[in-house]
Amino acid sequence: MKPESVVSRTQETSESGPLAGARAFVRATFAVVWKDLAAEMRSRELISAMLVFALLVLFIFNFALELDPKTRSTVTAGVLWVTFTFAGTLGLNRSMAMEKDRGCLDGLLLTPVDRSAIYFGKMIGNLIFMFLVEAIVFPAYTVLYSANLFNLGLVFVVFLGSIGYIAMGTLLSAMAVQTRTRDILLPILLFPLTIPILIAAVKASAGFLAADPLPEILSWINLMVVYDVVFIAAAFMVFDYVVEE
Amino acid sequence: MIYVRKLVKRFGLKAVLKGLDFQVEEGEFVALLGPNGAGKTTFLRILATLSRPSMGAIQVAGYQLPVQAAAVRRRLGVVSHLPLLYGDLTAEENLQFFARMYDLADSNRRISEVLGMVGLENRRRDLVRTFSRGMQQRLAIGRAVLHDPDVMLFDEPHTGLDQDACTMLDNVLREVAARGRTVVMTSHDLARVGALASRFDVLSRGVIAASIRRDQIEPDQILAFYRQTLEA
Repeated sequence: MKPESVVSRTQETSESGPLAGARAFVRATFAVVWKDLAAEMRSRELISAMLVFALLVLFIFNFALELDPKTRSTVTAGVLWVTFTFAGTLGLNRSMAMEKDRGCLDGLLLTPVDRSAIYFGKMIGNLIFMFLVEAIVFPAYTVLYSANLFNLGLVFVVFLGSIGYIAMGTLLSAMAVQTRTRDILLPILLFPLTIPILIAAVKASAGFLAADPLPEILSWINLMVVYDVVFIAAAFMVFDYVVEE
Repeated sequence: MIYVRKLVKRFGLKAVLKGLDFQVEEGEFVALLGPNGAGKTTFLRILATLSRPSMGAIQVAGYQLPVQAAAVRRRLGVVSHLPLLYGDLTAEENLQFFARMYDLADSNRRISEVLGMVGLENRRRDLVRTFSRGMQQRLAIGRAVLHDPDVMLFDEPHTGLDQDACTMLDNVLREVAARGRTVVMTSHDLARVGALASRFDVLSRGVIAASIRRDQIEPDQILAFYRQTLEA
């Protein structure tokens, strides 16, 4: 090993002011996103588990329900959202467990960034994995259930619903990961708290699939937007306390 | 550099730290000794801003805890028995990630310097999960010194290392201390810390029960000092 005396004092960037603070926040957020994506590109642990699980749920529903084509169209929204929530929960648990297993969460918390930047980084990473799974579930569902899901309104609902679900799930997974019963605790905490957005998402999805008039669906979309804003803001405020002993 | 007054930490009804007083001057290397469950790790986690104190006043590098925790974290490097590194990233990618989190300027040069310092320059593009325990611990030290902190906390860094890896780690610790950093290290290996530290504090029953400077004790008497303190 070489003596450290050859090492010059490290320079940290010396920006100051609110704009510099915002820049540092965004930089830290995307550093966490980059780290999660780079690690997942190598291991493919998380995305493959979510995807296999989602496809298995679709298969099981396909054989268990044995519905005629007309009835199938009425359950499409429910089957889709059950698939997304189950696969999403699996991904959320795994994503935070990977931080905890090697003490990496402590490593993250030791950095001098605003801890809500860590929350947003983890949330965006989880959301990207969720969107990837959804992008594969859509065509798989179309093939298995002979139903066309390529509807812009439905895609928008899935986008809004996923944001709310992952926003709440990322916060709760950070809480659950500190306990011995983390695998059980996350769904027990998450499912009751996401009931409002799941109901709204199922109703809005069913509305778009049945080609209902937009004003009838709009109230569900409004509810989803409010849920997303409220719970992202709440997570922003409490994440620091959730991760600290 | 570190001032702690009447520190109390409770988990539920159980108090682990019971009015602990502790002080470390700039450039000191303090070995914190104590039996399992004495509260050494809890104490270091509070200093590292990973845990909130129940009561008491703490100042690290001139900043109050927990109010100025982010400023303290910028001046702090922490090494524990876990590497705190991502196994699916390479050594270089791990350091790049932490350089971004610390917002370091000229990070590529600094990463090369640190990898050279811990002797991992030729493994910079290998995944950390392929590293031996000793190599991971050396990289963990590289991560901890990346932002050139004033204060370093080591929580039983020798745990799980073989003799060669321990010797290499000791060399790095000596270099860290020689650079004038303030170091607090917990360990159960009295012989090893006896050769490294400038002061020995014994944490027992939630307080610092005894403290002695290296120039006040022969290295072969540290074990007797430690046992006498625990039995008192």
